[in-house]
Amino acid sequence: MREYSVLIGGKAGEGINTAGLSIARLFSRLGYRTYMYFDYPSLIRGGHNFAIIRASARPIGAHRTPVDVLLAFDQNSIENHRQRIHRGTTVIYDASQVTKGEGYGLPIDTIVREEDAPPITGNSAMLGALARVAGIGRDVLGDVLRESVPAKHLEANLRVAGRGYDGVESAFSVEPLDAPTLPIMTGNEAAGLGLVHGGLESYVAYPMTPTSNLLHFLAGQAEDLSIKVLHPENEISVILMALGLAYAGEKAAVGTSGGGFCLMTEGLSFAGMAEIPVTIVMGQRPGPSTGMPTYTAQTDLHFVLNAGQGEFPRFVVAPGDIEEAYTWSSTALMLSWKYQVPSIILTDKTLAEGGYSFDIEKIALHPDLEPVLWDGAGEYRRYARTDDGVSPLAFPGREGAVVRANSYAHDEVGFTTEEAGAVTALQEKRFAKGESLKAELAAYPTVKIYGPRNAGATVVCWGSEKWACIEAAERFGARVVQPLVFAPFPARAWKEAMIGAGKVVCVENNATGQLARLLRQQGFDPGRPVLKYDGRPFAVDELEARLREVLA
Amino acid sequence: MSPQRSAGRPAGGLISPAANTWCPGCGNFAIEHMMKSAIAELSEEEGIPLHNFVLLGGIGCHGKLVDYLNVNGFYGIHGRSIPAATGMRLANPDLKIICHVGDGDIYAEGLDHLIFAAKRNSDITVIVHDNRVYGLTTGQYTPTSPFGFRGRSTPGGISEHPINPLELMLAAGATHIARGYTKKVRHLKDLFKEAILHRGFSFVDVLQICATYFNLTDYYNEHTYEMQEGDVETGRFESALDKIREWDYDRDAPIALGTFYSVRRPIYEEKFQALTAGRPDRRALVRKVIERSR
Repeated sequence: MREYSVLIGGKAGEGINTAGLSIARLFSRLGYRTYMYFDYPSLIRGGHNFAIIRASARPIGAHRTPVDVLLAFDQNSIENHRQRIHRGTTVIYDASQVTKGEGYGLPIDTIVREEDAPPITGNSAMLGALARVAGIGRDVLGDVLRESVPAKHLEANLRVAGRGYDGVESAFSVEPLDAPTLPIMTGNEAAGLGLVHGGLESYVAYPMTPTSNLLHFLAGQAEDLSIKVLHPENEISVILMALGLAYAGEKAAVGTSGGGFCLMTEGLSFAGMAEIPVTIVMGQRPGPSTGMPTYTAQTDLHFVLNAGQGEFPRFVVAPGDIEEAYTWSSTALMLSWKYQVPSIILTDKTLAEGGYSFDIEKIALHPDLEPVLWDGAGEYRRYARTDDGVSPLAFPGREGAVVRANSYAHDEVGFTTEEAGAVTALQEKRFAKGESLKAELAAYPTVKIYGPRNAGATVVCWGSEKWACIEAAERFGARVVQPLVFAPFPARAWKEAMIGAGKVVCVENNATGQLARLLRQQGFDPGRPVLKYDGRPFAVDELEARLREVLA
Repeated sequence: MSPQRSAGRPAGGLISPAANTWCPGCGNFAIEHMMKSAIAELSEEEGIPLHNFVLLGGIGCHGKLVDYLNVNGFYGIHGRSIPAATGMRLANPDLKIICHVGDGDIYAEGLDHLIFAAKRNSDITVIVHDNRVYGLTTGQYTPTSPFGFRGRSTPGGISEHPINPLELMLAAGATHIARGYTKKVRHLKDLFKEAILHRGFSFVDVLQICATYFNLTDYYNEHTYEMQEGDVETGRFESALDKIREWDYDRDAPIALGTFYSVRRPIYEEKFQALTAGRPDRRALVRKVIERSR
């Protein structure tokens, strides 16, 4: 099956991200699955932004290095990507900016001026040119513009797109597929909608890449989704506000990245002690410290597993694509409420800001879970001892109940205590919840397997590297094993998935092999590491080459 | 004479069975009993159900109050009561949310939250147990300790001047600002009731005796006075500022007690209320949003 890759590049502030999504929509209209990788530095104007849009008949979630079409708004967009240009690549460049170009030069400044259109419509000229090069009809181009451009700018964009279309010639022909046009969303958006699916009522966050767009998305949709979206003074306030909301009965989630999560850890530990549900979307980016804010990494696995003083159960899941981001965000929130533990959804910049075709009809949702509520009988004891460790919830405002949350060691009612027997019982109660959570998860797909069993080789990976690994492993006929849940660790499911694993490699976006370390802690052999820690996700072909070194 | 018998209604059921561990003579007793009476009286006079009160505590001697009163309690972490309180008010507008905080707790550790809650006009009440010393950590200076204060971390005396928390709150946008004193219990109870009934952010700095580490009883008895009608125009910023600046927590001056400022402004939480009203089928709403991305 044919597949297509397009790169669009230019300066920050030129709308490269939006243009990239429009390109994805162009292919989506023809029934293709799309994936978009967006690469940008941490600045507002200038620099070099680019998006790689890949379209295929099969599900995808990773990019490849070579591109079929390169759309360049400036010279950097050609020079920085020479390695992507091959014999079959069509280059279209803005002749007003690019001095040394080979391919089609579109005089975008002139076109925009002649059409009396705003400068940003230059993106539509590129989109039009791409459509022509790819043999995509004007009607499809028009449909995509009609959906993505506000009505008052539509005519100008259509005119400019038409000039782009007429300015180049067809190089190949993208055949329409007999498949539906799928929605295109980012991992952030899917996580946000998954949370709402799971019962979210309030989202609280302080802006931090790569989850700022989750805050922006939910804030923009707050009325349509009937949720509150709050942006307080810092991440400490964020998590405490969420705990206040939850204590009073409202389901809340927060979003951040490593630096913000550092500030949240005292609140996280409080949630663990006081047994207040909270769900945290933790989008990883390269550290330490500020690191590379707009790039990607898988470096905070052990941080989220161990964050917060003291010992308490938690749920940690790392979705690998948009469908998993949706289903597991929903489940994470529901599990947090059922077991009154913190839930952490560990994403990264690749997943959070990547654009994916979202096949909502095909996803297998997990069962709905309900929190355990007080039946109103007798004296209310917030931390009442039960077999599964879960104490029924009541909220302030409930007649007949005095609801006590406490960060100190406490007794069943919630009064502070330092008595040896009481504090031991409390600790054991909390860990009973952890065991109950683990038992519940036995029925969930906590470890996924792709490809043949007994393949002689297994590629282990987690999070957003999932799809690069699935595609690259195919080349070697290898199996892929992807753990999704990291706490409580699904040891039994892991053991089963690794039966007949053969030669094992562990692919990660970090320098130390964090999943490998976790596997060793659990008593498993993680195999040979294949690591990348330059802030960029693996391209499929790049990973193939790395796997060849280890598997061949 | 115990304060609860002289100054307020008996409300025995509001005292919890938790063992009290404050030092003998601690100013917290007065705050505990006056808060208890304020809640009991507001419940009776205003028809506010007892189960709609929530007390929050930070960490410090003040926080124990949450264990000692028989109302909903959120015994949180150091300096962080206020954002949790705002969260509760967002979730349930019927709740009467009262943060008991310490001077180290909220003027040092959690000052950001205090300023922002005032700025937002979050509809919560903040009662500062301002004993001007860290008690539970055994005697270090706080942001309201006077110049030269010798604490265990600053044996040579501090070389910094205290903040005037009332002035800070006025500047931050607080819509209700008062000061009480733990030896004037009836007055204190009335200040509590007024603050709780205020719609918006209400703030009461309570000059509290620390019997063990910083006993200012004689000083306060000598310098404090209850403001009378006409001493301050509580609706006027400039008038409140003048009165607030009469004493700066540092130099000798008369110390005014009472309400310095009280105005009405829109409440932060109200504009969010409509968003989650009713029982929307959010899953249907999610599907609509996804469909729009096709």
